[in-house]
Amino acid sequence: MLSRTADHLFWMARYMERAENTARMLDVNYQTSLLPQSADRAELGWRGMLSISELTSAFLAKYNEVNDRNVIDFMVRDEANSSSIGACLRAARENARAVRGALTTEVWETQNQTWLEFVRMVSGGRFLRDPGEFFEWVKFRSHLSRGVTVGTMLQDEALHFLRIGTFLERADNTARLLDVKFHALTKEFHGSQQVNGAGQSQSQSQSQRIALDQPEYDFYHWSAILRSVSGFEVYRKVYRNVIRPEKVAELLILRADMPRSLAACMNELVANLRLVANEQSDETLRRAERLRADVLYGRIDEILATGLHAYLTQFLDRVGDLGVGISRDFLVPVAA
Amino acid sequence: MTPGFDEMHAGEQALREHYRSYDRWLRAQPPELMTARREEAEMIFRRVGITFAVYGAKDEEGAGTERLIPFDLIPRVIPSAEWREMERGLRQRVTALNRFIHDVYHDQDILKAGVVPAEQVLKNAQYRAEMAGVDVPGDVYSHIAGIDIVRAANADGSGTYYVLEDNLRVPSGVSYMLENRKMTMRLFPELFVLNRVAPVAHYPDLLLDTLRAVAPAGVNEPAVVVLTPGMYNSAYFEHAFLAQQMGVELVEGKDLFVKDSFVYMRTTQGPKRVDVIYRRVDDDFLDPKAFRPESTLGCAGLLDAYRAGNITLSNAIGTGVADDKSIYPYVPRMVEFYLGEKPILQNVPTWLCRQDDDLKYVLDHLPDLVVKEVHGAGGYGMLVGPAATRAEVDAFREQLLANPSNYIAQPTLSLSTCPTFVDAGIAPRHIDLRPFVLSGKTVQMVPGGLTRVALKEGSLVVNSSQGGGTKDTWVLEA
Repeated sequence: MLSRTADHLFWMARYMERAENTARMLDVNYQTSLLPQSADRAELGWRGMLSISELTSAFLAKYNEVNDRNVIDFMVRDEANSSSIGACLRAARENARAVRGALTTEVWETQNQTWLEFVRMVSGGRFLRDPGEFFEWVKFRSHLSRGVTVGTMLQDEALHFLRIGTFLERADNTARLLDVKFHALTKEFHGSQQVNGAGQSQSQSQSQRIALDQPEYDFYHWSAILRSVSGFEVYRKVYRNVIRPEKVAELLILRADMPRSLAACMNELVANLRLVANEQSDETLRRAERLRADVLYGRIDEILATGLHAYLTQFLDRVGDLGVGISRDFLVPVAA
Repeated sequence: MTPGFDEMHAGEQALREHYRSYDRWLRAQPPELMTARREEAEMIFRRVGITFAVYGAKDEEGAGTERLIPFDLIPRVIPSAEWREMERGLRQRVTALNRFIHDVYHDQDILKAGVVPAEQVLKNAQYRAEMAGVDVPGDVYSHIAGIDIVRAANADGSGTYYVLEDNLRVPSGVSYMLENRKMTMRLFPELFVLNRVAPVAHYPDLLLDTLRAVAPAGVNEPAVVVLTPGMYNSAYFEHAFLAQQMGVELVEGKDLFVKDSFVYMRTTQGPKRVDVIYRRVDDDFLDPKAFRPESTLGCAGLLDAYRAGNITLSNAIGTGVADDKSIYPYVPRMVEFYLGEKPILQNVPTWLCRQDDDLKYVLDHLPDLVVKEVHGAGGYGMLVGPAATRAEVDAFREQLLANPSNYIAQPTLSLSTCPTFVDAGIAPRHIDLRPFVLSGKTVQMVPGGLTRVALKEGSLVVNSSQGGGTKDTWVLEA
């Protein structure tokens, strides 16, 4: 397969997955904002949402106030924001269009239709009437996009590169979500001098300690995290117990049978990488296998003892490094 | 003024035989249903992404620059006897044109015999000196030819098919022919029970067969690719469509490189040899080392590999020398010269303004003629005498006198019309036809071609860039 084709497939899948995860995070914040709570706390949720994607300063350059309406606007339809749902869906569709010949008709039409419907829903701000329904729609289109690839495409390199894109992006997104949610929690326990605008830089650099010893700390907070990764029912099924932060972390990092966990993402990533391996990809594969082993054989008490934030930061670096390796070995055309 | 020729009706009441069954069906359709079907078709075309790019344009949502080519619901129907005759004519004409191109780049017999003036060929901007003496597989140059045909009314009310133009470089539109058929079958499946319509869906198969047949000698399993300028080219949909339908790679120039006079593509498993390139990039942009140095659409060194016989380009370089408007008037003579046969398809009578007698006639009859630039395309830079104002005619006269050899003139043909579903209902609109002729080991084609229709009332310009649409084209089986 052409390197350029593989590159477009890889990014098509990444952007679709990113759109889904952005919708998931917006959805969980939006649902939380409907609960009775202080304005500070609602704002904290939205700030977390922005810092997850490293977009706080880009946001504040455009908007004066951190509130649901502004953040949703920025994260849904701001084309200048490359993580917005609109930018992701457009990029996914453009990548698909560039290689529509390598996709089945159903896959291409799904991507194209998603984009066309998105334009319709967003023009005139129709999605604002029921943001929850809109986020559901994005998730649904992503399910459809993934399902139609697995359900109709030949199981060759094209599919493998799509899967690599999906799971690399998902590993990244799940790690960011965990980091920011545990992070936000800590901040809240460390006082709440939340201010608008200029105050945000300090609020990001506070203590990493996780307040695992606050049993009354919100059932709603933890269940929201679980819901954002469709993990609420899964949690109950796996642990048959009340929701405990360390179990939430364990589920989303170490449980290989939880489809959005870091372990599951690494399993899929490595399996697909093995299938496309070429003469120059040994080192990338070795690093991927090693990261997978580190996650698979990790224990939650060890991770928490060294610090979750440090652990996740290192994981994100290593995933980023894998992305670079994959591009170099397979995607970026190199002169012979 | 001769009466027009309508493809469906012969006069006010009389229906042509081959439209009888369709007419009966059409009369039974409520107008709302047709309107609903047209909307459905538009929605499907958008979803499938059958669009062409418009340079520099933005739509109302700023969502992009993609437009649909209007699809008309009413098919153009050709009776089988007419098609059989036309097919013979196309076979003959394209064979002669390929012989001509080979001759021009080798012995030049036709120039020596004085049948075609040598300077017309050798000084033509489309003549590629690089191709002189280069042998191509099977001596075939234009593997994919699109021959534009119109039907014009005669004084007695009958109609005659004329070849308006030969497109021997990179003719496009075949994907619309295929998608239009798919759309009609989807919208009105019952029509295909009522009528025996010759299928066209095997075109990509014939195309692949043709491309494989002209692979360099000694290559058993040729790797065929389609070369596109990229996704922002106006015909990108067609490039991607054909590559997908044939199951071959769609490549851009940057995916290719030349090493030791062989062409390779960059893949995830390293370099892979390429044997046949169905290129949808003009000659000028193919190889920055040989032609335009600023081109990023081609591949450096391609011409060397080509001249070494290690790659087949389809169509060959230099075919433009045979489809230029100044060469067109000589095509019937080529048929006689190379094949010793009488031409089956007729040319439109053409005056060459480079010849003094012809120029004088043209200047005397300017308001009645269509005058075209020799190298023009897409309906630009032409004068349609009867539709032009006096001032326009006078202005054009100046242009013409300044550079007569840049122009040819033809009588204003009364192009045939076909009933078309427009906003005001069903009304006649002018049409043409582009059959696609494939030349490899043999000459093959699917029945019919792409029918283009001028949607504006009275307009004769069918180009999609100027408000033209398309129709499904039926050849009825006997």
